[in-house]
Amino acid sequence: MSGTFVGMPTFPKNAAKAVQDSQLRFNLRKATHTIRGKRASVVGELDDWAELREAGKTIKDHTLRHLDDYLIQMEEKVTAAGGTVHWARDAAEANRIVARLVKETGETEVVKVKSMATQEIGLNEALAEEGINAYETDLAELIVQLGDDFPSHILVPAIHRNRAEIREIFLKHMAGAPKDLSDEPRALAEAARVYLRQRFLEAKVAISGANFMIAETGTLVVLESEGNGRMCLTLPKTLISVVGIEKLLPTWQDLEVFLQLLPRSSTGERMNPYTSMWTGATEGQEFHLVLLDNGRTSVLADKVGRQALRCIRCSACLNVCPVYERAGGHAYGSVYPGPIGAILTPQLRGMDTPLDRSLPYASSLCGACYEVCPVAIDIPAVLVDLRGKARHTRAEKAGMAAAGWVFNRSKRLAKAQRFGGRMRKLVPKRLPGPLSGWTDTRDMPDIPAESFRDWWMREGKR
Amino acid sequence: MSAAAREVILRRIRSAVEGAPEAEIVRGYKGITGEPGDVELFAERVRDYKAVVHVVPRAEVAATIAGITAQRLLAVPEGFPSHWYAPSEGETDGVISTCAVAIAETGTIVLDAGPGQGTRAQTLIPDYHLCLVREDQIVPNVPDAIARLDATRPLTWISGPSATSDIELNRVEGVHGPRTLEVVIAIG
Ligand code: SF4
Repeated sequence: MSGTFVGMPTFPKNAAKAVQDSQLRFNLRKATHTIRGKRASVVGELDDWAELREAGKTIKDHTLRHLDDYLIQMEEKVTAAGGTVHWARDAAEANRIVARLVKETGETEVVKVKSMATQEIGLNEALAEEGINAYETDLAELIVQLGDDFPSHILVPAIHRNRAEIREIFLKHMAGAPKDLSDEPRALAEAARVYLRQRFLEAKVAISGANFMIAETGTLVVLESEGNGRMCLTLPKTLISVVGIEKLLPTWQDLEVFLQLLPRSSTGERMNPYTSMWTGATEGQEFHLVLLDNGRTSVLADKVGRQALRCIRCSACLNVCPVYERAGGHAYGSVYPGPIGAILTPQLRGMDTPLDRSLPYASSLCGACYEVCPVAIDIPAVLVDLRGKARHTRAEKAGMAAAGWVFNRSKRLAKAQRFGGRMRKLVPKRLPGPLSGWTDTRDMPDIPAESFRDWWMREGKR
Repeated sequence: MSAAAREVILRRIRSAVEGAPEAEIVRGYKGITGEPGDVELFAERVRDYKAVVHVVPRAEVAATIAGITAQRLLAVPEGFPSHWYAPSEGETDGVISTCAVAIAETGTIVLDAGPGQGTRAQTLIPDYHLCLVREDQIVPNVPDAIARLDATRPLTWISGPSATSDIELNRVEGVHGPRTLEVVIAIG
């Protein structure tokens, strides 16, 4: 995956830092709660939501089971419609293909639509090394790119920035930004509109991802809100789409399920403002489709973990996750944050780094993510499975066993809590000796002076 | 090189799914109704997106458009019915179009580059879009729309004006697409 996050410390360290950042916490809380409410109300409008979810799940499972056949069909249809299909085993190969295609046009600048796949492979950085500038056109991505920053949410990548910060970033880094720019969202959006308009009209090459590909017809589908997607997809002479192989749907009819599931789960709207669909080379364009593996086939090989490939990147699981709400997206050290990131990142990258090994623990297993997931990915089950697969040090295992022994018996728990309460001042933030392996990756919870259980026994008797 | 990558990826997939159980698709959801869509519901849902909506009898469409365009000059894509709008020459400040299908439940208009709809860019670049929807083009739900559309045409699904919520989640209408969407629904 992307080199962007390489060398980041482990999840708990990142999370501990983020939890201290009150602006980030405030923004995240506001954002996740707003979207949650909107999602619940538009999902509630459809009385066949459970059936749509079941269809979404089974269509994806069916596609994954026959992914080879459907990919071949997709390739045929796109080729027949005048497009060119490329296959990329990994990030490096995908980046090489895209760089070559851009160079063949003679251009050194490209416009981009927000795409997680291209972020995953670190395409912008790879293109920069080849002397090609990639301009992000999504407002949030633009804020992130101008601020030389990392995205923190799948859907609202600049969720960690408030309006005053965005104004600062624009004034400092956006060429031609008006000097008297206010921090009104409307004024900020207008500044971005003006800044990007010329770029759209001049761009000869665009790079996108896709939300869905239809094998039966060779059609690509992109959902968006701002219109920057439509600009990129229609204006430039050459369009290059980099799409994960799991984005496939067998038939045109299948789209009727996902066009109901995705907008409602994602932005909490009945429908997002714009959806573009095109098949092959359209309206005089040149079209290239890069099919990306980059670890997906190894996820597919895992009986429990493969369900993560059903993900349609709606971000509903992020918005309900208590851990995400407090830790923020950056703590996950990956383009895929939140519950889905906790199961997808370690599978795509392997669990070789301490960060990736710690990700399956970035959850309280409360199950809220499974409940809202429009394709019914059992995230807690995959987390537990991954925990079992991670190579943990002996100290970590001992720590887990001790915790299990204490938490399994209520009497022992009461005793341990009282003891902890009395010893509160003396408890170090890190456990000593071999147990430090446990606290290195987990916070020691602050121990309350009196446990709820003791308080209840005392007060309840009055 | 690409040929090798293709073979490798297909081989990896085949070995990954080998022995995996067959997965049947279950479609218990509401499918195609085949019924006409509810005009009032469609109008209400489009208004929810902060678009301006007029519901008028077919005979009054030309007059309604004339009223709306008193202060504007709109670009007219090929095939747009001239008895509804035929502007004089000059610099335009918006675009008028017909549509292929409209969805009541979601307040969505779909363009498929057919007559009167122009290319995708023609309804994207201007800051103002006036769209004409005939009652018989309105279907109840998404499955009805999918059934009516041809996937191989360039399709643009429009649900309200361009918008962003990227700044502190405040919805701002209009970033890159038309900032104003106005819809005339012709009934009868
Ligand atoms: S795992 Fe499910 S809820 Fe989370 S982003 Fe993916 S599809 Fe959405």
